[in-house]
Amino acid sequence: MIKAFFAPLEKIVREFGRVSMMLVESILLAFRPPFKLNYIFKQMEFIGVHSVFVVILTGVFTGMVLALQSYYGFRKFSSEGLVGATVALSMTRELGPVLTSLMVTGRAGSAMAAELGAMRVTEQIDALTVMALNPIKYLVTPRVIAAFLMLPLLTVIADFVGIVGGYLVGVKLLGINEGAYIDKMIKFVELNDIYNGLVKAAVFGIILSIVSCYKGFYTKGGAEGVGRSTTEAVVASSVTILVTDYILTSFMF
Amino acid sequence: MEEKAIRIVNLHKSFGTQKVLNGINLEIEKGKTTVIIGKSGGGKTVLLKHLIGLIKPDEGEIWINGAEITQLKDKELNDIRVGFGMLFQEAALFDSMDVFDNIAFPLREHTKRSEKEIERIVEEKLKHVGLLRFGDKMPSELSGGMRKRVGLARALALDPDIILFDEPTSALDPIISLTILDLIKETQTRLNKTYVVISHDIMGMFRIADKVALLSDGKIIEYGTPYEVRRSKNEVTMEFLNATKIPGFSGGEL
Repeated sequence: MIKAFFAPLEKIVREFGRVSMMLVESILLAFRPPFKLNYIFKQMEFIGVHSVFVVILTGVFTGMVLALQSYYGFRKFSSEGLVGATVALSMTRELGPVLTSLMVTGRAGSAMAAELGAMRVTEQIDALTVMALNPIKYLVTPRVIAAFLMLPLLTVIADFVGIVGGYLVGVKLLGINEGAYIDKMIKFVELNDIYNGLVKAAVFGIILSIVSCYKGFYTKGGAEGVGRSTTEAVVASSVTILVTDYILTSFMF
Repeated sequence: MEEKAIRIVNLHKSFGTQKVLNGINLEIEKGKTTVIIGKSGGGKTVLLKHLIGLIKPDEGEIWINGAEITQLKDKELNDIRVGFGMLFQEAALFDSMDVFDNIAFPLREHTKRSEKEIERIVEEKLKHVGLLRFGDKMPSELSGGMRKRVGLARALALDPDIILFDEPTSALDPIISLTILDLIKETQTRLNKTYVVISHDIMGMFRIADKVALLSDGKIIEYGTPYEVRRSKNEVTMEFLNATKIPGFSGGEL
């Protein structure tokens, strides 16, 4: 009974340890030559450049709906002018980094798990090992570095288009006074809000890449296994991002 | 005494409660083709993966060129691995690269040769396997037999001393199988390297083998030249040989 209760917990702790060890190894290998710059650039393009469109869509609609919702609330005590500040703070501190990371997890994390999983089941990872080449250096390290660098950049885009979206809905559609909207936003949002959001994004980038790579790297059982790894990668990355988000927020703010 | 390329001493390996290798002893000669035959799921691939350090044994030793590899650290193991080539069951070509880059990959990572030299070597290897004009194809555009030939070219790229073959004829039709076997035989005769082949295709293997070992119940129960193995009075050996005879066909090949 007690054993059955603790079994999933034990699994989580064990997986957490193994993912952490893989992360440490991939970081150590990043500092050992030869440096695989072209591998990193390729991943930066895939994780970063190819995610811009979906991040813009997510950001702009989140900003717009935030403006709509907070307008509804603030109107009740006639402080519609605070809508701009609310949208900007929510985007930079919270929704920019979190939603960007979740979107990139769905787009790029799933692809990482599927690609590495397929390489595992077709023995391509073994082939690297047999060639006396460390597969973590070639496959995991470039993805972790690329995600670490690109997530903050994508978050900047999400923050910006979110604020623009909020402005369009608040000022142009709902008719909030433009001066008050901008003034309150500048008054209440500090640079630190933006910085902390970007630090979060970088941490989330590491989490989604290492969890997805880990799941793909240790895939077992053919095509079915690849499917399972991909699902697990997205679920585990997303949950870990949300939990870490709370922990980071409670320390930062 | 003849020189041994690989010496396996009392090798044991279990997965959970299942004993896969149960005391393997085998000496593989230098510059010869040794074929390890056994049933599917009988531990042949596990044995092969031990030879290159992909799996660590529970007990026993593996000596390669005077070094015991089961206790080596990754870095020392990699020095040994550079002297190995391996042809995987499904060829395991990197499907993000074209055929040329697949063969060039080990050369680019392990040598300081110029691109021009690498190009010359890759073309030479492609010529050996009869795929000279296929360098710019992607692995997904090739048939199973062609992929295996590219896999062989890649395994030969660094001119290794020992080449391992995991089921080289599985999933191929009989005619393509023969061309792969002839290619293995032909490269071995020309390059004079140590080839270790695992397979369940006993008929095909007699074409290329200098030595045949029969793996059954986690042990090597028969080891000798094809001639000796065919005349073995061992019950399991005879059963295995008979199982591959075609009923009503007494061509006498076996």
